[in-house]
Amino acid sequence: MTDVVAEQLHRVSKVMVHPLTVRVTHWLNALAMFIMIMSGWRIYNSEPIFPFYFPVELTLGGSYDGSVDIHNEDGLAGALQWHFAGMWLLAINGIVYLAYGIFSGHFRRAFFPVGPAAVLRDTIAALRFRLPHRLGVYNAVQKTLYLGVLAAGMIMVLSGLAIWKPGQFQELTWLFGGFDVARVIHFLGMAAIVAFVVVHIALVIIVPKTLPAMITGRASAHEAHRED
Amino acid sequence: MRETPSTVMALRDTGQSKEILRTSGIVGQIERRLFLKQGLSLGALTLLTGCDVTDTSAVQSALNDISRWNDRIQALIFNPRRLMPTYPESQAVKDFRYNAYFGQSQIPKIDGANYKLNLSGLVGRRTPWTLPELYQLPQVSQVTRHVCVEGWSMIGKWTGVPFRTFLQRICADLTAKYVGFECADGYYSSIDMASALHPQTVLTFKISDEILAPRYGYPLKLRIPTKLGFKNPKWITAIFVTNRFPGGFWEDRGYSWFAGV
Repeated sequence: MTDVVAEQLHRVSKVMVHPLTVRVTHWLNALAMFIMIMSGWRIYNSEPIFPFYFPVELTLGGSYDGSVDIHNEDGLAGALQWHFAGMWLLAINGIVYLAYGIFSGHFRRAFFPVGPAAVLRDTIAALRFRLPHRLGVYNAVQKTLYLGVLAAGMIMVLSGLAIWKPGQFQELTWLFGGFDVARVIHFLGMAAIVAFVVVHIALVIIVPKTLPAMITGRASAHEAHRED
Repeated sequence: MRETPSTVMALRDTGQSKEILRTSGIVGQIERRLFLKQGLSLGALTLLTGCDVTDTSAVQSALNDISRWNDRIQALIFNPRRLMPTYPESQAVKDFRYNAYFGQSQIPKIDGANYKLNLSGLVGRRTPWTLPELYQLPQVSQVTRHVCVEGWSMIGKWTGVPFRTFLQRICADLTAKYVGFECADGYYSSIDMASALHPQTVLTFKISDEILAPRYGYPLKLRIPTKLGFKNPKWITAIFVTNRFPGGFWEDRGYSWFAGV
């Protein structure tokens, strides 16, 4: 009898899986990335590195046709304004998130330990759709992806500074192999992040219960703590 | 404010855009700025929300404010003694890329014999300069990287008089805030005094050891490697020193005014 009640309570009780700071910085970061990537695509269009353009409908930076018709300018000014405004949101939010992650122990608990053997095992399990998803607990594949996208984010900030100030920050630009190479790295970092976002959103669609958890922070105890 | 697409459409239909570009009166300027503001904010918000919005000026004015704020940050980052990287002469591109807001057919043809550089504002000696007088000033050469706001860059060799030397010769008030430029093509721009006095800021007569070809700004171009390409005006006809913010052609269309690299 008591066992049944305890079991029921365990099933309906909610536990915190994503702390408030993680949730707020997650969504602010989503907004910042939306601004940075879409304005970045329009900036890219003004001098493409590779033989393709991004469709202007997918870019951010105000009225494109108005810019072309009225200023003989392909909407670059507006895109740059968005990019250099979004950078503050991205940077300040990123610093808050990193400081919280380091000092609260969140990074240590959530992302470590992660080793090659565990990554291999979980990757194989994931590819066979045998990898269970426990809210708030990351498997080795998730740990690798999250650490990877964090690293990509930092490379984006540094390579961005290198191409924003190739004169004042010339040592940084030199470390990236010069202005032109830094531009390519800034592009490839974007591509890596976009690839992450695609996988990330695909996984949320496959496991929809992760979405409310990232909004409310809570999940039912049996979802979060089920032992497999 | 309600949406403006009907006005924009009307302009597009009558093909007046180029005329608007050339309109130099105050009315034209106000119209242009209004269009820029409404266009940028409407488009941006439409993209963000996927629907029409009634009051849109708030977003654009916030973006403008952040851009002004970024100008101040850039001025703080700017180190007046920090030299931009220089390169061996072998790396200088001979056939330098042409870039302006118009095609090569509209390049100003300036008659060097009748050319005069006019001076105004907080300047002690306002006598216009002729080309032979300018050519007698002490000259330096630099091989530096020209970085365009569009993302391309190119190394070139430029020769001319250090701008600091020139400002001293004309007894300019070196404590003033801005130096402005007017050009034969209607272009205009301005820079902060600290950047104007930077040792690599050069009033340029030559590119690749040859007198500037018309497409490169004959007879006078400002070479300022601490700033983006559009802050390097060509076909300069007048220079003025002022404490009143002068803006610039692209700057008034939304580009960063400080535009430091």
